[in-house]
Amino acid sequence: MAENEKNHIIPYRTFLYVLAGLIALTLTSVTLTQISLGTLTVVIALIIAAIKSSFVLRIFMHLKFENKMFSRAVIGVIALLCAVITITLLDYLNR
Amino acid sequence: MISTAEIHRDDETSKTGMWLFLFTEMLLFGGLFIVYSVYRYRNPVAFHFAAQELSVVIGTINTIILLVSSATIAMSITAIQKKNKKLALLLLGVTILLGLAFLVNKYFEWGEHFKEHIYPGSSVLALRGQGDVLFYGLYFFMTGLHALHIIIGLVFIIVIATSILRDKIDSENHVLLENSGLYWHLVDLIWIFLFPLFYLIT
Repeated sequence: MAENEKNHIIPYRTFLYVLAGLIALTLTSVTLTQISLGTLTVVIALIIAAIKSSFVLRIFMHLKFENKMFSRAVIGVIALLCAVITITLLDYLNR
Repeated sequence: MISTAEIHRDDETSKTGMWLFLFTEMLLFGGLFIVYSVYRYRNPVAFHFAAQELSVVIGTINTIILLVSSATIAMSITAIQKKNKKLALLLLGVTILLGLAFLVNKYFEWGEHFKEHIYPGSSVLALRGQGDVLFYGLYFFMTGLHALHIIIGLVFIIVIATSILRDKIDSENHVLLENSGLYWHLVDLIWIFLFPLFYLIT
């Protein structure tokens, strides 16, 4: 069974490295969005937010080390959200 | 054998239940993000100027506070797995303090808005036009709902810390600690999107 996964101990330093990365990404995001880049600002901010959330999901929330079922379900929910957002925005942009 | 008296436990199912709950939370906030996007698209100028009034400094500090608190609760699981009860409790204590610090910042941040008579239903805000009413309505509702999640998360973590103190959660049985961690990380995850949408994109 999932005995191996259950006993998987993630070392403290992994979390510290990820934390350092997340803080660096936050500061990058703050710096880049203070420069006026128009629409690009939105794209950059959202891409950085997506990278940060993938770190939180995979490492902090253990998805990388869990049963693959969890990752698949999370991807499914994100895909559903993206689909709904895309359809709604397509509707509004083409009115 | 005493095995007949043992309570059957299935950690995988426990976590599955927690994840299913988190999915409903993701869809709840996802719906609010759609509302925000549509209103922003329809009121680009009002949203642009209103977003500039928010303090990027407080927003950034709160983002870092939440990220650190996420790391500390994640490390507390490692500590409990290594049978280091003291460190696990210490890390949970730090997480709770950071969560409280987030709320204190939020209190001062909202206090500043209230001083300028900016709050839902304010007549001063209504005079500024529909776009501003929508921006601040969404701002107070979404950050408020998020803050409510912080409070619930803190209560959850306090309950878990008490269980660790009473040895009800240990290196062999820590799925509840993991679930409280999952909840706390979700709160962090939502903030990762709230922060750029309200504070950074102007």
